[in-house]
This record gives sequence, structure tokens and C-alpha cells, in this order.
Amino acid sequence: MTSAISTAVGLLVDGVAYAMILYIVSAGLSVTMGLMGFVNLAHGAFAMFGGYVALTLVNAWQVPFPIAVVAAFAGGAAAGFLVERTIYARLYGAGVLDQVLMTIGVLFITMAAAAFVWGPLPQRIALPSYLTGQIDLGFRQVPTYRVFLIVAGFIAAAGLWFGLDRTRIGACVRAAVDNRRMAESVGIDVRRLFSLTFALGSGLAGLGGALGAEILAISPSYGIEYLVYFLIVVSVGGLGSLRGAFVAALLLGIADHGGKYLLPELGGFFIYAAMIATLLWRPAGLFGRA
Amino acid sequence: MEALGPVLQATGLNKSFGALRVAENIDLCLRPGDRHALIGPNGAGKTTLVNILTGRTAPSSGSILLDRVDITRASQRERVRRGLVRTFQINTIFRGLSALENVTLAVAERTGAAANGWSRAYGPADAADEAFGLLEALGLAADALRPVQDLPYGRQRLVEIALALGLKPRVLLLDEPAAGVSSAESDGIISAIEALSTDIAILMIDHDMDLVFRFAKRITVLVRGAVLMEGEAADVAADRRVRETYLGLNA
Amino acid sequence: MPEGATIPHPAVAALARRQTWRAIEALPWVLAVAAYFVFPAYLNLGSQILIMILFTLSLDLVLGYAGIISLGHAAFFGVGAYTAGLLAQAGWVEPISGLIAAGVITGFVGLASGFVILRTHGLTLLMLTLAVAAMLHEIANKAAAITGGTDGLHGMTFTPLLGLFRFDLFGRTAYLYSLAVLLVMFLIARRIVSSPFGRSLAGIRENPIRMQALGAPVSLRLIAIYTVGASMAGIAGALLTQTSQFVALRVLSFEMSGAVLIMLILGGVGRLYGAFVGTAIYMIVQDSAAKTTPYYWYFWLGWLLVLSVLFTRGGLIGVFERARKAVAAWKP
Ligand SMILES: Nc1ncnc2c1ncn2[C@@H]1O[C@H](COP(=O)(O)OP(=O)(O)OP(=O)(O)O)[C@@H](O)[C@H]1O
Ligand SMILES: [Mg+2]
Repeated sequence: MTSAISTAVGLLVDGVAYAMILYIVSAGLSVTMGLMGFVNLAHGAFAMFGGYVALTLVNAWQVPFPIAVVAAFAGGAAAGFLVERTIYARLYGAGVLDQVLMTIGVLFITMAAAAFVWGPLPQRIALPSYLTGQIDLGFRQVPTYRVFLIVAGFIAAAGLWFGLDRTRIGACVRAAVDNRRMAESVGIDVRRLFSLTFALGSGLAGLGGALGAEILAISPSYGIEYLVYFLIVVSVGGLGSLRGAFVAALLLGIADHGGKYLLPELGGFFIYAAMIATLLWRPAGLFGRA
Repeated sequence: MEALGPVLQATGLNKSFGALRVAENIDLCLRPGDRHALIGPNGAGKTTLVNILTGRTAPSSGSILLDRVDITRASQRERVRRGLVRTFQINTIFRGLSALENVTLAVAERTGAAANGWSRAYGPADAADEAFGLLEALGLAADALRPVQDLPYGRQRLVEIALALGLKPRVLLLDEPAAGVSSAESDGIISAIEALSTDIAILMIDHDMDLVFRFAKRITVLVRGAVLMEGEAADVAADRRVRETYLGLNA
Repeated sequence: MPEGATIPHPAVAALARRQTWRAIEALPWVLAVAAYFVFPAYLNLGSQILIMILFTLSLDLVLGYAGIISLGHAAFFGVGAYTAGLLAQAGWVEPISGLIAAGVITGFVGLASGFVILRTHGLTLLMLTLAVAAMLHEIANKAAAITGGTDGLHGMTFTPLLGLFRFDLFGRTAYLYSLAVLLVMFLIARRIVSSPFGRSLAGIRENPIRMQALGAPVSLRLIAIYTVGASMAGIAGALLTQTSQFVALRVLSFEMSGAVLIMLILGGVGRLYGAFVGTAIYMIVQDSAAKTTPYYWYFWLGWLLVLSVLFTRGGLIGVFERARKAVAAWKP
């Protein structure tokens, strides 16, 4: 009995930690897709970039982990800003198909470039010793790093919630997601807002890539491998809804991790079936507006 | 004419978008041959009413009868087949296709030819022949083969109307047919509408009062989702409330 | 012309002429037959190209004509491939009937999934196409006892085609078989898109709201073409199984769905022949480039996609057409 509870807690901790990574990476995607209706299949590339930045700094240059993580955020944001200004900005209002193709193209380019610079094999980040131990819960030990991820995820969620709910910029974003034309008519520059949120979202993706490198190994194909997961979080949660992304990430993280442990013979089947069922039930996602 | 029963009868239609009530107990009745105008300020709910009548938007309560058959819950397809047809305030046409292809799509839907996946389109005795006749009648013959997105806006408006006519409507709901076109172009549109068969019942929405009074025998005034008044054109024109609240004139 | 029939107006006749066969349409078929004689050493690659053209063509029906953007069209290719493989393992080794069976079964899969997902639009639909394919991929991956999992399905054999032509090592039979199937499927596709039903699909692609207001059963039409496209993709998949005697899990992958989409876009959407041009070029370049340095291939393919979205509309066929018009309009 106790061993069952212990296993459940272990699964839950791992699942939630995994969920937090999914959330941190996907949150920006949700907001930018909600804001401009822009289908960005290359979002994972920014997470991958952040991951590489962090692991290069830590592994090769012995930069302290926290600084490397901050650098991953900055790197993701800078890359996002650059790509948005030079390429994506030309495609607002274009058809979904063009956006899909363009962003697949960006995904391929970044994938090839990453393989060229960092090699084709998956890499792990060397965690500092204070994050590698175990925390004793009395009846069970859980990895310190998982707990750290959960805390980081909740801090990120709280920060985003505060930013969106309590700041002027956040209010503008909410207004623009709600009704773009209305927002423009009251003088909000939606394009600039989008550039800003896009950079922020890419920065968060970079952060998530770096923090999650332990769970979602960084490799050139990162952006394709986990794309479906990011898209599930965004579409099941509902475009433009951070709360939705958080809930969807939790559901996905726990169900995917638990499912693969308890019913390994089903693999990811259950996740996809659940996604289809959710979207048929609520085409705009759990928290999206129809 | 007076003896004919209503072809379209809506009773007690209600609809809200969130807290916004866009239709409040609306009654509307059209008889064969009617020329009826629906006027009201921006955001009054005129387009929404057309959407409700044609099945694009479901009313929260109320009923719609077409030839005494209840169509309140019927699909758009079912309503069109019974002869209830609309045009759109903002051009809703097949921009990349030619005018002839546009109207052929409408005719082929009406005749049922569009379900045929095996014979050649535009063969002998095709829907396109009838469609071309319609374009000719509207003065669009010379533009028949040009993509409609290349046509001047006024001509596109005519294609918008031609699409509806291709369905041989018995009740035609025109949502601001002359919106956004120059006065020269709007003359063409109006005369096209005036030339329509007197068997068709027409409800026209418009903001241009000259046009409305020229066209309509009866007028319904809609304000904030509710019918402010309904009556003969002359009575409506003379009504103090209408002049104040809508026409913006001091009586 | 039967008595009493009116002569169609010239404008109508002009539309009809757009649908008639043109001499240039013989070109791909002449080239395909010529390739058989000129490149006898490349017939295996050749049949793969022909099969992929069929797969791309099936996507063109769905995407190019009906405007349904699918990120999971490999679902049907894969179902067809596995169906043919499993049928053969179960003893159904006659290729042509196996092909038809795979087409029918995949058609039903397309019908069922189309019925479920085509009530949604836009991004949700995009996600659902992706999810359906991902789900099937996972089933094939996990049901290893039946599908061979990541090892794939091996070891099936097929009886000679029409009882006469053995599937030979050089791929001669495979090539001509693929070419014949492609031709038949192409004729069907061409017939469908130039029918009134095909025109109504163009209407739905251009403006679904107006089609609805014209009383068209929009969902029904979309489901119909989705089913046809699925069936055709399934036949392509089955053809791959029969000509290579092998099914790899890859046939159901996201990469496969992405590749077919890219081939179609590069060639040109909604023109049938775009599938031929895009696929042939993609596969030939990939065959030479990707063997040595796979990541270079992705690098240049990525740029090609970005630039083609930014600068060329209508893919390579679109570029040809514009060039032809420019030449035609040029008067010294
Ligand atoms: N789908 C919708 N969701 C929410 N609100 C809507 C929706 N459609 C219309 N509205 C609102 O309902 C009100 C009535 O709109 P409607 O388009 O029917 O007005 P209208 O009388 O046609 O105006 P106009 O003269 O400008 O065409 C407007 O305030 C509009 O913003
Ligand atoms: Mg209106």
C-alpha cells in the first residue's frame, strides 16, 4: 500500500516537473498564436536554442548554472525578436498554409544549423551539485532537480499571471487577444505588442529548453520531436489562454508520464486520443473562446 | 395581391451576444411581391436579423415560418431550397474565380448538378448557360471571364447579387446591396433590383434614405435590437420618433 | 449535338476549353516512359518517385482543391501500406486485388476520420489531422506483434502481376505497375476536379461561408473528397509495400506528412501537375543530397521553403505559368 502511494507520488512529481517544462516552453506560443493567429511550428527551435546556449555555457565554459539559464532566456528572446522582425512579420494576414510552410522551413534551417554547430547527437547539461541530490519526503526520496523544476514552473506561472493581469502591457495583450480590431481602434499598436510578446515567448521557450534539458534532451531534432506536445498544450488549453496552457500542460505531463509508466504498451496513444476527444468536445480548447 | 398570405413570417425572435441584446421580440412578415425596407442605426442588429432568418445564427427563442412551414431549426441548405436567399453586406464572393464561375456555382447548387463528381463541368446544357444569362441581364456579360477580384467594387456588388439570383429566390434578403459603391455604380445596382420579378418578396437593408423611400412600400425601423416601428413608408417618414432617433432630424 | 440543344455561349465554351486536354499534358507521361528506357539502373528510385507523385496527387485533391490543410496525410499512406503488407502476410498475395482492398479500407478510414474532424476549422482542424496521424503512428509503433513496430513489416511476397510479370530485382515490373496505377488514378482525379462537384470544392476553398449560403452541403462535400484523397493515398502506400516488399514505420510519420506537403507546395497547389513537378524534383535532389549530408539537405530545403513562401506563389508550376504569360505578352 505504502509502496503504491510512494510510486504515485514519484510519478506525480515527475509528471508535474515535466508539465512545468511543457508549460514554460508553450506559454509564449499560446499567447502569440492567440494574438495574431500566427501558426508558428518553429517555436520549439527557440527552446532548442536556449538549451544549447545553456549547455554550452555550463559544459564548455563552466559558467554557473543560474547565469546560463538567464542567458538561455536572453538568447531565446533575441533570436525570437530577430526572426519575427525579419521573416514572420511579412506573413501576418497570410494564409495558414503559408505560415505552416514558412515555419517548417525555419524549423529545418535551425535544425540543420544546430547539427552543424553542436553535432547531431543529443546532449545533456551538467547540473550543479546542489541540484543533483535527492530530497527526503520521509516515505520516499524525490530528485531535487524535479522539485526545483516544479517550483520554477509555478514561479513562471505566477510571474506570467501577474504580468498579464496586473501590468499595462498585460492589459493591452489581453485586450488584443480578445478583440484585435477593438484594441487597435483604442490605439494599441498590436504589431509592436506582438513583437514584444513574441520575443518574450521565445525567451520563455529558451528558458524552458535550458531548464528542461534534463528531461527533454537537447538535439537538433528537438523542435520536431516535441512539436506535437507544444501544440497539444496550446490547442487543448485554448489559444491565447495562459490558464488553459497551464492546465493542459499539467494534464498532458501527468497523463503522458503516468500513462507511459503504467501502460507502456499504449505509449502515446492515449494522449492523442484524449487530444482528439477534447478538441471535438471543445474545438476552441478548454479555456479558449469559441 | 392583398389577399395573399405571408411567405415569410417571423415571430418573437430573440438573440443576445453575451450581455448585448441584438434581437428583442422581433416580428416580421413578408408577402409575395413585397418591397420591404429594414432600417436602423449602425449596430442595431439588422445583419444579425438576416443571419437569424437564414440560419447562420440560431435565435434563442421565436419562430420562423416559410410558406407556413416551421424552419426555425432548419439548416441553411434547407432554407435555400425552400427559396429563402440572402446577400451579404460585405462582399462574400469567390474572389479567385471568374464571375461566370461564381454564378454557375449558385445555379449548380440549385439544380443539384453540383453533386455530380463524374461528368464534365461546362458541357452542353450546363448550369453555366443559365448563369451567363443572369450575368447578361445584370450587364456583367463583358466581365464574365475575369476573376471577380479584378473587377471594380460596384461590379463585385452585382456579382454578390447575381449569386443570390442564381438560386431563384422567392424571398430575397438584401443586406445593404449598395454599400460602399459610388453613386453612379449604385444606380446600376438599384435598377437591377427594381427589375426583379414582382413574385419575389424582397427585404432590403440600407442607410440611404432616398433609396429606401424610392424602393420600399413598407419599412421596419430597428433600434438596439427592437422594432421601433413598422408601417407604410410615408407613415414611417413622418413619424417623430423615427426622425429624432434615426434620421437625426429635428421635427 | 442533339437536336434542340442550344449552342453554348462563347464564354461558357471558354470555360469548357479550360478543362479539355492539352498537348503538354502528355509530357510527364512521355518522360516517365522514356525514363524507363534511358535509366534502367534507376528504376527503383523511379517507382518510388511515381508512388510519391500519387501520394502528393491525393493531397492535392484534399488541400489544393478543397482547401483542407492537413499535417497528417501520411495517416492514409501508412494505413494503405500496412493494409497491403498485412493482407500479403495473411496470404492475400495477388497484387491488384490487394491494392484495391487497401484503397477501400483506407477510404473507410478517411471517411470515418473525416466525418469526425471535418466539422472543425482552421487551427483546430490542423491539430486534429496531426493528432489522427500521430495516433495511428503510435498504434503501429506499439502493436509490434502485428506491425513489427520499429522494425517494420518484412518478408511478404506477391504473385506476379496479372499472373505474368514477376516483380524483378531491377524494378522493371514495379516501375511499369506504378506508372499504370498512377495513370489510372490521375485520370480519376482529373475527372473529379473538372466535374461540377470539383468546381464546388473550389467554391468551398474560396469561400465556405458563401457556399453554405448557397445551400451547399459543405461538410458532406469535404468528407467526400477527403475520403477519395485518403483512398488514393492508401493506394499509394499499398503500392509502396508491394513494390518494395517492406513497410517501415516511417510511412506514418510526421516527417512523411511534412514531406508530401512540401513536395506539393514546391510543385504548385491545386493544379494536379504540381504533384509531378514538385515530387520529382524533391525526390531526385534528396536522393543525391541527403545520402551524403542529410543536414545540408534540410538546411537548403528550409531556405527553399522560406523563400518560396516569400517570393513565389503557386510553386514551380506557377512560376512556369507566369514566365509563359510574360513571354506571350512580350511583343517586340
Ligand atoms: N458574432 C457576434 N458576436 C458578438 N457580437 C456580435 C456578433 N455579431 C454581431 N455582434 C454585435 O451585435 C450588434 C449588432 O450587429 P449587426 O451587424 O447586426 O448590426 P447592423 O444593424 O447590421 O449594423 P450595420 O448598420 O453597421 O451593418 C453589434 O453591436 C455587433 O457588434
Ligand atoms: Mg449590418
